[in-house]
Amino acid sequence: MKLRVLYFAALRERVGCSEEMVEAPDSVATVAQLRSWLIQRGDTWADAFAGKRRVRAAVDQTMVDDQHVLRDGAEVAFFPPVTGG
Amino acid sequence: MAVRVQQEDFDAGSEIVRLRAGNSAVGAVASFIGIVRDLNEGATVGSITLEHYPGMTEKSLTSIAEQAKERWRLHDVLIIHRVGTLEPTDQIVLVVTTSTHRGDALAACQFVMDYLKTEAPFWKKEAIAGGERWVDARESDDAARKRWRP
Repeated sequence: MKLRVLYFAALRERVGCSEEMVEAPDSVATVAQLRSWLIQRGDTWADAFAGKRRVRAAVDQTMVDDQHVLRDGAEVAFFPPVTGG
Repeated sequence: MAVRVQQEDFDAGSEIVRLRAGNSAVGAVASFIGIVRDLNEGATVGSITLEHYPGMTEKSLTSIAEQAKERWRLHDVLIIHRVGTLEPTDQIVLVVTTSTHRGDALAACQFVMDYLKTEAPFWKKEAIAGGERWVDARESDDAARKRWRP
């Protein structure tokens, strides 16, 4: 499954990029599984998502929970809890 | 209904005049302006930089305004949110709601701000003495958002 993965704010800085195209294996069906797969790719992602840090996700620009099922070609964004206003 | 994300400052007075122009049924206007403070979490703030998620930001603000219109009897809703680098005393956000009676306008204005604080993809980074830091989300904002659950 091809996915466009975006990172924002502190997460963008920790990962060191704002966007990447990934080819996720068949074992990745949900947002939680995508995050686990990104983490096992290397220290950069493991550190970025590490610990008790709360990370939110949006799929195709709508906030979703961890169990949201991904579709091929989706735009998946990871970011810290929002702090606007 | 209008939603704008912009670097430029705004003038609340002229925005309100424009929003209610030509509608003689409007009997109430409520507004909120958010302003950059010089002190946060015990540190003096030199400036803040607001990052956002272009596309999702507009979508999210539009959805919040639409939900407000479904919940209360409103004539119109306006949300303006600034991005980029701002300094203490600068305006960050404007919400205006118009209705026939004050109750709807006031409640909807607070609802929009409470949802915006927890749903709209903006992130603040502060420049303080000795460096920069990302602003942490507040639990009190989550609590404010939850009281509007149907």
